[in-house]
Amino acid sequence: MLRYVVRRLLQLIPTLLGLSLILFIWLHRLPGGPETAILGERGTPESRAQLRHDLGLDQPLWIQYGRFMRRMLTGDLGVSISTHRPVVTEFAERFPGTVELTVSALLLAIGLGIPLGYLAARRRGSMVDHGSVAGSLLGVCVPIFVLAYLVKEVFAVKLGWFPAAGRQDVTIDATRVTNFYILDGILTGEWDAAADALKHLVLPAVTLATIPLAIIVRMTRASVLEVLGEDYVRTAQAKGLTENTVRRRHVMRNALLPVVTTIGLLTGGLLSGAVLTETVYAFTGIGQFIAESIDHRDYPVLMGFIMFIAIIYVTVNLLVDLSYGLIDPRVRVR
Amino acid sequence: MTEPTPMLTPEGQPAASPDLEPPPLQAPEVRTRGWQALTPRGRKQRLDRLAELAAVHADEKGRSLWAEAFRRLRRNPAAVIGAVILLLFVLVALIGPFFVPYSPTSTEWADQVKEGQNIIPGPSAEHWFGLDHNGRDEFSRVIVGARQTLLVGVVATTLGLTVGCLIGGLAGAAYGLGGRRGRQIDNFMMRIIDMLLAMPSLLLAVSVAALLGPSLITVMIAVGVISVPVFARLLRGSMISQAHAEYVTAATALGVRRGKVAIGHVLPNSLAPVLVQATLTLATAIIEAAALSFLGLGNPDPAVPEWGVMLTDALTRLEVAPRLTVYPAIGIIITAFGFTLLGEAMRESLDPKLRR
Amino acid sequence: MLLEVEDLAVTFRDDREVRAVDGVSFAVDAREVVGLVGESGCGKSVTSLALIGLLANQNTRRVRVEGRASFDGLDLLRADARTLRDIRGREIAMIFQDPLSSLNPVVPIGVQVAEVLIRHRGASKPEAMRRAAELLERVGIPDPTRRLKEYAHQLSGGMQQRALIAMAVACRPRLLIADEPTTALDVTIQAQILELLKELVREDGTAMIMITHDLGVVAGLCDSVNVLYAGRVVESAGRHSLFGRPVHPYTVGLLRSIPRLDEDRGARLTPIRGSVRDVLPWAQGCAFAPRCDRAIEECLAGPPPLAGVAHTYRCVNPEALP
Repeated sequence: MLRYVVRRLLQLIPTLLGLSLILFIWLHRLPGGPETAILGERGTPESRAQLRHDLGLDQPLWIQYGRFMRRMLTGDLGVSISTHRPVVTEFAERFPGTVELTVSALLLAIGLGIPLGYLAARRRGSMVDHGSVAGSLLGVCVPIFVLAYLVKEVFAVKLGWFPAAGRQDVTIDATRVTNFYILDGILTGEWDAAADALKHLVLPAVTLATIPLAIIVRMTRASVLEVLGEDYVRTAQAKGLTENTVRRRHVMRNALLPVVTTIGLLTGGLLSGAVLTETVYAFTGIGQFIAESIDHRDYPVLMGFIMFIAIIYVTVNLLVDLSYGLIDPRVRVR
Repeated sequence: MTEPTPMLTPEGQPAASPDLEPPPLQAPEVRTRGWQALTPRGRKQRLDRLAELAAVHADEKGRSLWAEAFRRLRRNPAAVIGAVILLLFVLVALIGPFFVPYSPTSTEWADQVKEGQNIIPGPSAEHWFGLDHNGRDEFSRVIVGARQTLLVGVVATTLGLTVGCLIGGLAGAAYGLGGRRGRQIDNFMMRIIDMLLAMPSLLLAVSVAALLGPSLITVMIAVGVISVPVFARLLRGSMISQAHAEYVTAATALGVRRGKVAIGHVLPNSLAPVLVQATLTLATAIIEAAALSFLGLGNPDPAVPEWGVMLTDALTRLEVAPRLTVYPAIGIIITAFGFTLLGEAMRESLDPKLRR
Repeated sequence: MLLEVEDLAVTFRDDREVRAVDGVSFAVDAREVVGLVGESGCGKSVTSLALIGLLANQNTRRVRVEGRASFDGLDLLRADARTLRDIRGREIAMIFQDPLSSLNPVVPIGVQVAEVLIRHRGASKPEAMRRAAELLERVGIPDPTRRLKEYAHQLSGGMQQRALIAMAVACRPRLLIADEPTTALDVTIQAQILELLKELVREDGTAMIMITHDLGVVAGLCDSVNVLYAGRVVESAGRHSLFGRPVHPYTVGLLRSIPRLDEDRGARLTPIRGSVRDVLPWAQGCAFAPRCDRAIEECLAGPPPLAGVAHTYRCVNPEALP
């Protein structure tokens, strides 16, 4: 088992290396070169030449790549053009917010999606089934930012049930510990701050959850349908086991295997969705920062983000692979 | 025991119940005539009659995968709805622009729009959808916008499909036919594809767009690039599983040349999932394009209407004129939904597991 | 009589209607081993599944079941889901053809055996696991305590089937239905499994319905035999009577088509003419008539009535009289 983990980790390295190489080349191929990226249009020929020298751009390419890699490995992802602060600092500050958002959205999607998918499969051909399938197909067809605006308009502006923007009310003086606002509120005993942060989380989380929900419902339904036709389910029924036992031990334990993989694959989409959702709700997470950086052509930020995302994505997929080994005994014997 | 009365014949027709006598308690006389006692003509008559009676189930014609799939598709309501939507959309996109009442870019009614006072004229007899924030006829823009949107979707999907299938096809062929070297080549190519898959689609698109500058072409290329790894993976996987299929072994054993096997057998069978994916990708391409426009990477020139750009512009004016958001949004949603319905129905109908 | 099946009929309805079981009647006495023999597609599996309510969509518009199946006074075909669930595993157990696919791949074998005891005997988990080990030993699986934690794919085909048998006999059911339990196994294992079944059935006093297409299996195991063709029982007799003096041309044909050791080398085999598809609907006459050398006018006039007393048959021109 340990060997399997180590082997998978080792397989990561070429992937990440390759990615960094692509990034490096991309940075160099930007129109005007990296110095334009940093100085913008305003650079005079002298300042540009100076910058080129400073950045070591007059060195051979492979030396530059070496320095690039060294910087990256020490966690130096450069400095943001718009905020003039190190990219890593910006990320560290804003990442917790996005984590809160994506995790809540994912939990919502799983908590609703799996039972719904099971129900749809069990009652095949019923209204529940057709409704779920139609709903899940429709869910992926609505652009998420449109949905975000819609939800905001109805529930925040018109009905006023939830706040329309931000992570926390400006009037609440909350102490920051971890930058996970809800957690902070709990840790410091400031319950009103925690509750307020929670309220700000609801609409964005619900919006973000729609696409994963649609996908999970589809996946679960398809998987359960397939498992229901298997011989071992028939054996379980022939043994006279209760509905609950058959469902828990025989149907779901097998049906959820592909669903787990799917959840891993969802992370990429969740992050893209976060970029759009956070923008609409002015939710100060990484997503919103990225959207702004796109607008400002803040290339150091974008590049750093790509590297950051790649690491997260492959880590999550690694975790999913490993968990597969835990739940499916057929995979273990390797 | 009494004879059971057959209520239905196998064809589902109610059978006449013969008036049956109770079974004899002793065995009837054993008659030894049977076939041997008949004349040749009698035997032939007997055979004919039997063949006639037995022929009720002889309706099994061999059908190709495509013909059977098409037949099932026709009966699937989701497929029909999807196809209708698709047809409508293509029709509007291709022919619509010739019939619009006004030019979509003309701003001759700009004086009617007073954004400072939150006045943007709504639907009227002259302007069925009202005006947009620049004083242009919204109806014409929506109709012409369909064409741009269709273009973006088709170009992006075609791009992704072509490049993706090239890569995937090569990788799959290398794996199947190239021996050990071939498998290494395939492995290498798939690593690159995996890298591309590792990036969230939006960021991939953003990277491309940042390189190329904001324009409609950028959006097309960016969205196309997103779907390259999907098609590559798909075709490669399909070809590999076909390569292992027993019918390939059988054909090879019969002496069919490898090339013919590849082109005549493996390829057609691998195409089905690609077709399905293309339809589904068209749907997501339209949506991704809209998202890219929303982030400011689309065509900055708002003159030429495209639903994604129109949507972005309209969202900032949601309070004032919500209908400006509704038209392109509904357009995008319904079109994407139509493609998705059709794509999913195609997937189901081409699934050999569901064949009867 | 432990189980009496009367005129069981199962009609499937998808694109067209197919009457898979067209009036099957047989009986099983306590401690008796009854064989259901026939070619693929004759309806024997569907019969057994229908008896304990395991057909997909049973009793909906898509699958219609008619007739009676009287088990200890209760009509199984009309029983509600709850009653059936109580009966399955405890009074009537069933084992199936493909042992690997019949086992849950992600749950340990021990749990799959124990859960029967937990459900029907109210045993606690440790107690049930202990009993499970005993059962595994009883069915001839070596080192049972280790096997408890193993998974299906770690066992050989024969051991998988033994595990399934252990699950079936765990609660000492009164009736065991075995649907082609050895078809998917090697010949040598086949013999072992059949011996095991024979022994268990004798020790526990269980009645058994053995469903198979293999006459050899029937000869060695069953007390009485029912031969099915096209969804109906065409001959029914005690073992010695059936093999000693077969009556229905189909049975005769089956027996005659088995190659014999004492035949001359080079002698031609005698299969039954035609194929299973050359069939006549029972309502119009004898379904076997198209393939029968002894077919006469009367065979096409309508369904042949049931004849005979102890040794019954459905034929108007049989090969012999019982």
